Amino acid sequence: MSVVKPKDLALTEERLAPGHRLCPGCGEPTTVKLVLKASDDPVIVCSATGCLEVSTSIYPYTSWNVPWIHSAFENAAATAAGVEAAIKALKRNGVYKYDKVNVLAVAGDGGTYDIGFQALSGAFERYHRIVYLLLDNEAYMNTGIQRSGGTPSYASTTTSPDGKVIPGKLQTKKQISRIMVEHEPAYVATISAAFWQDLIQKSKKAFAADGPAFLHSITPCPRGWRHADNLTIELCRLAVQTCIFPLWEAEKIDGKMVYKLSAPSKQIAKNPDKKKPVVEYLKLQGRYRHLFKPEEKTELINQIQEWVDTEWDIILERCGEK
Amino acid sequence: MSEEKSWREIPLGGLTWLHSSEYKTGEWRSFRPVVDHNKCTRCMQCVIYCPDIAIKYKPDVNMIEINFDYCKGCGVCAEECPVHAITMVKEKE
Amino acid sequence: MSKIVKQEMMGMNGDTACAYAVKQCNPEVVAAYPITPQTIIVEVFSEYVANGEVTTEFIPVESEHSAMSTSIGAAAAGARAYTASASQGLALMYEMLYIASGLRLPIVMTCVNRALSAPINIHGDHSDAMGARDSGWIQLYCENSQEAYDTVIQAWRIAEHKDVLLPVMVNIDGFILSHTLENVAVLPDDAVKKFIGEKKIPVVKKPSGELTPYVLHPDYPVSMGAIDLQDYYFEHKRQQAEAMKNALKVIKEVGEEYGELTGRRYGLIDAYMMDDAEIAIIVMGSTAGTAKYAADLMREKGVKAGVLRVRSFRPFPRDDIVKTLSKVKACAVLDRSISFGSYGGPLFTEIRSSFCYECEKPIIINYYYGLGGRDTPPNLLENVFSELKRIVETGKIGEEIRYLGLREDSIDSVNYKAELISFKDLNTGNIGGK
Repeated sequence: MSVVKPKDLALTEERLAPGHRLCPGCGEPTTVKLVLKASDDPVIVCSATGCLEVSTSIYPYTSWNVPWIHSAFENAAATAAGVEAAIKALKRNGVYKYDKVNVLAVAGDGGTYDIGFQALSGAFERYHRIVYLLLDNEAYMNTGIQRSGGTPSYASTTTSPDGKVIPGKLQTKKQISRIMVEHEPAYVATISAAFWQDLIQKSKKAFAADGPAFLHSITPCPRGWRHADNLTIELCRLAVQTCIFPLWEAEKIDGKMVYKLSAPSKQIAKNPDKKKPVVEYLKLQGRYRHLFKPEEKTELINQIQEWVDTEWDIILERCGEK
Repeated sequence: MSEEKSWREIPLGGLTWLHSSEYKTGEWRSFRPVVDHNKCTRCMQCVIYCPDIAIKYKPDVNMIEINFDYCKGCGVCAEECPVHAITMVKEKE
Repeated sequence: MSKIVKQEMMGMNGDTACAYAVKQCNPEVVAAYPITPQTIIVEVFSEYVANGEVTTEFIPVESEHSAMSTSIGAAAAGARAYTASASQGLALMYEMLYIASGLRLPIVMTCVNRALSAPINIHGDHSDAMGARDSGWIQLYCENSQEAYDTVIQAWRIAEHKDVLLPVMVNIDGFILSHTLENVAVLPDDAVKKFIGEKKIPVVKKPSGELTPYVLHPDYPVSMGAIDLQDYYFEHKRQQAEAMKNALKVIKEVGEEYGELTGRRYGLIDAYMMDDAEIAIIVMGSTAGTAKYAADLMREKGVKAGVLRVRSFRPFPRDDIVKTLSKVKACAVLDRSISFGSYGGPLFTEIRSSFCYECEKPIIINYYYGLGGRDTPPNLLENVFSELKRIVETGKIGEEIRYLGLREDSIDSVNYKAELISFKDLNTGNIGGK
């Protein structure tokens, strides 16, 4: 696919409008507006309950320049499946004007890893032609930063707080995108707004896919991660550079899911020296502050590094880089 | 804010009837981005990254323009500008 | 009437009758999950799809929650959407029921009424639908499979009426209707198609005067399901209340029009020998048929017995009920569900409160009956009439809230009670005396 020129991207119609009430520096709107720009065809958006939904639809206002529906928290994929099915049937009955309409389901980590997983898994198994965008800010931010299946180890949340005995979340982050690959859909990719060229290319592939596509975005939350508002994109970048959130895609080719690294992750695979230590990513975030203060908890930081290395190895292996 | 309507005056089903561009989030700002247009290379990074869709590129004048009705002052543009053409200055009281 | 179309008789159970009606309506989307005793609907409809008899997009969803979510997405995108459920399935989609009605989406669902767990029970009662009585759905209860067929067809017209725009739940009793073979008169396909008509898209007006179609269509960027806070939520609920009120009229109109076509008229209530009735049974669903038979037997004995079947529970036809019962001396309201801790069943409390400020009112007693599919044969209903007759004659009411068809209890037995022990007692086997 051809490279998108920055000016062309800047001038592409905005499908998400200003005046939304997401926090300053929120990672969500950048990803959402970019993914929406990647579709050349009309898009209908089905939002799960969450920050994006409440902040873009405070009645009587809306920030959506495209048709948009929110019904509940755990069912973005099922609602999107209904929209897709309706369009299919209306086309069959000869009353639909458009040949191709993209249906985009958007949900956070709560609506994807946890409460919404059943609906997501079902919709992917049934092979609806929908694009599912996961905005992973690694906790239930809308209700005030509670742990989710997507919260990484030792991150402090309001339901996995760092206490005198327990240093934040004790479990590891669920590998949701690999689980989605095992559904053998048309397309799965991880994206980071920092690498917008990669994000646009993958979104285009997702919209062009002839079956379900899953886009997993690392989405910093200045409130929940307790980082400075201006560091949102830098954290998106560091997540990739440290390999805690590698960029890859898996495409169904001849019935088989083929993994492939992209952008900096591909370069890191070729040149492992480029892989930054995860501590660089952790130290910018207040949710990991207890790992550094009052004294540095080297053992816990090392455990996170080991986890990152193990998961990175798995990805390298899947991508045939090992 | 709009004048509040009665139940007979609004559409059914909770359908929205105002666009958020009528809602000014610029009031939230405590720091304001200031662009040095001489330094600016029109690379578009700020336009692409702006979470508030508050930075536009104006091709007729070949300049970027920040809409302070919406800019919440997060500072992502200043942080990401590769030539440091944007600085954040404190808003006056 | 000459306008009545020729209809074919088909041997069908209630589930198949519903599926057949849906086939003739040919909605764009059917999303359903199987659950006893609704399963036949899903299976039969799947066959129609497999044989190319419908153009419907059938979605065998992974749960009832997704069945309703998918129906919501489909209806919002401008499709006719149908689903069917029962019992636990309806309970699982409970959250989405409120969203379907709140978003004003005219979805049609058959609820094959079944008891709720625990203990698990697959047989008929109204506990499932009664749990959803405040969900903003129109609830119609059918007496037989013919009515199930007829009501599924009428449901679209009611749901999609511009003054209503609410989802409709067509209730049929589990097994008694769903699995029992009956002769059902069916309309020709084109007559059904003509009756329900083309699916129309509502157009609404914004305060600015701008018109917008209420549908997810690429040319009209509407937002549905916004967050609605203290300033407007109440207004939207008021609109729903108004739509429900309008449905009272629309259900009657559609039932009348359907009657012109088929010879079978439907309304909000079904009054059987109520004109001169002194005693009456008020009931919903299939038990009305048995009650009518019992009333016939009483009439043979010279007792002026009648039956009032409530067809529409939501909206509640308060005026029609009061009018029909005002001359009755004593009546018994039969509830096939318990609202635990309430003073009487849901139908009873609503009917009693309807008479609160009426000058002419009958004595009203309440029977719980038929829970978990407990059989309610004619002799039990004859007993109810006899009891009403006794109350009229003696003026002595006795217990107001009663249980019909429950075994006589032995007052000496306390096995239904429990004693409490400490968890540690489990280790020593010290669980108390004999």
